[in-house]
Amino acid sequence: MGEILLKEKEIVIPGEELARGLDYLPGNGTYRSNDTIRACRLGVLTIDGRAIKIIPLTGNYNPKRDDVIIGKVIDVSLNGWRIETNSAYSGLLSVKDAVSEYVDRGADLTQYFVIGDYVVARIINVTSQKLIDLGLKGPGLRKLSGGRIINVNTNKVPRIIGKQGSMVSLIKDATGCRIIVGQNGIVWIQGDPKQELIAIRAIHIIEEESHLSGLTDRINAFLKDSGADPSASAAINADAPSDDISQQSEQSHESSGYDRRPQGHSYNRGPRRHSNGG
Amino acid sequence: MKMTKHEKFERPDGRKMDEIRPIEAKAGIIKRADGSAMFRIGSTVAYASVHGPRELYPKFLQNPGKGILRCNYNMMPFSGSGERVRPGGSRRSKEISMVTENALMPVLDLSEFPNAVVDVFIELPQTDAGSRCAGICAASMALADAGIVMKDLVAAVSVGNINGNLVVDLNKDEEDIEPAVADIPIAYVLSTKEITLLQMDGPISQEDLKKVLEMGTKACEKIIEVQRQALKDKYKGDKDAE
Repeated sequence: MGEILLKEKEIVIPGEELARGLDYLPGNGTYRSNDTIRACRLGVLTIDGRAIKIIPLTGNYNPKRDDVIIGKVIDVSLNGWRIETNSAYSGLLSVKDAVSEYVDRGADLTQYFVIGDYVVARIINVTSQKLIDLGLKGPGLRKLSGGRIINVNTNKVPRIIGKQGSMVSLIKDATGCRIIVGQNGIVWIQGDPKQELIAIRAIHIIEEESHLSGLTDRINAFLKDSGADPSASAAINADAPSDDISQQSEQSHESSGYDRRPQGHSYNRGPRRHSNGG
Repeated sequence: MKMTKHEKFERPDGRKMDEIRPIEAKAGIIKRADGSAMFRIGSTVAYASVHGPRELYPKFLQNPGKGILRCNYNMMPFSGSGERVRPGGSRRSKEISMVTENALMPVLDLSEFPNAVVDVFIELPQTDAGSRCAGICAASMALADAGIVMKDLVAAVSVGNINGNLVVDLNKDEEDIEPAVADIPIAYVLSTKEITLLQMDGPISQEDLKKVLEMGTKACEKIIEVQRQALKDKYKGDKDAE
């Protein structure tokens, strides 16, 4: 006879007994020892038929194939760039996956990206030894210039994006900012400086209160109270390419954002890293 | 403090023999860390912050099979009750860092993170004996808070033998009683009943050691309750909503 010892949606701690007996199956974040199922991660308990699993509440980004992430160039090598992915491993963006034109061997790759640039990239492959290959070929994938970068809890990224991108669209529409949410918990925001800050605050509210019900209403109320104004950012983003990749929606994208002609970089300021005075 | 053998023993702070000092624990107190915790037992206070899994350099330290754990135990200069503690590493802190690693490693599963490292920094702003145990308690909470895969929390407590009287969770006053007091720190994993840390400082008989283990593991069970509650309290808001 099996029995579940805790209620669904309860917070569980590693080592806690979740269920007894062989009637239940250990899913993600759980393990079986003898005939008890225990938690091995901190998270929310969910019961899916016979399977018991845990939705983690904390933890670093775990790179997965086909995720769209925002990364920072940390090194330039002979055949590509090393990208910090906000996980335990850095990724490699090779020239052939990044640039559509022909590049001579031994060419100076800093004409495309320099150390410190931020890029929106897709993870092409992750090996068992966690070597990550990145690519820039796809709609909306490009180098980021201007704007701000913030870090959010990776586990809250789906909440920030919302169903079919509803939540991030809400903030975009209210503040007029352009926002890209990387699956690795790095968010890029560009718009009127004041509106950028409002968007950042809204995102932090989502991060902190995503587990409480009525989140969308609260975000709506916050955006109304804080003086969000889409027209303020309009001038800045007038000729901006579309970057609706974070939602992973099916709609087609204009390709103007994917123009990678070599350009001088000294005056083209990259995003600023935004921190809470830390 | 000096004591003769057959005196009836009373603990300086009036605790029962198997009574631990009051505990306070909190998770997620350091914003910049991936996971963090504070653990206070009596007037010993330990803070632990976990960073990672992250890239490990120099490369020769990397293990392609699984991630490694790196602990750093540090007493702050103004901690302790005697002279100022000289800042920086010492032989003692190096040893404690190592035993902390060994106490925590059996519960961790870092196979998902080859070549990476999980860093644990344990800082003690205030100490009154039992600092390595407090450090282990804080570190295991911080690891759980960082979302590391681990089969259980680790709790730790010291048990001592003061002239034939076995007492749990010695404080500094008790540790300094003469003649020699045996001080035995124990780290315990509840679910598997494993003991992951067992050191001995001072003489003790075989029968007494068995009793010490029994008392220590019992005390650890109480500590685990507090640790779990602290981690749950971090998400208290969640519960109210559901």
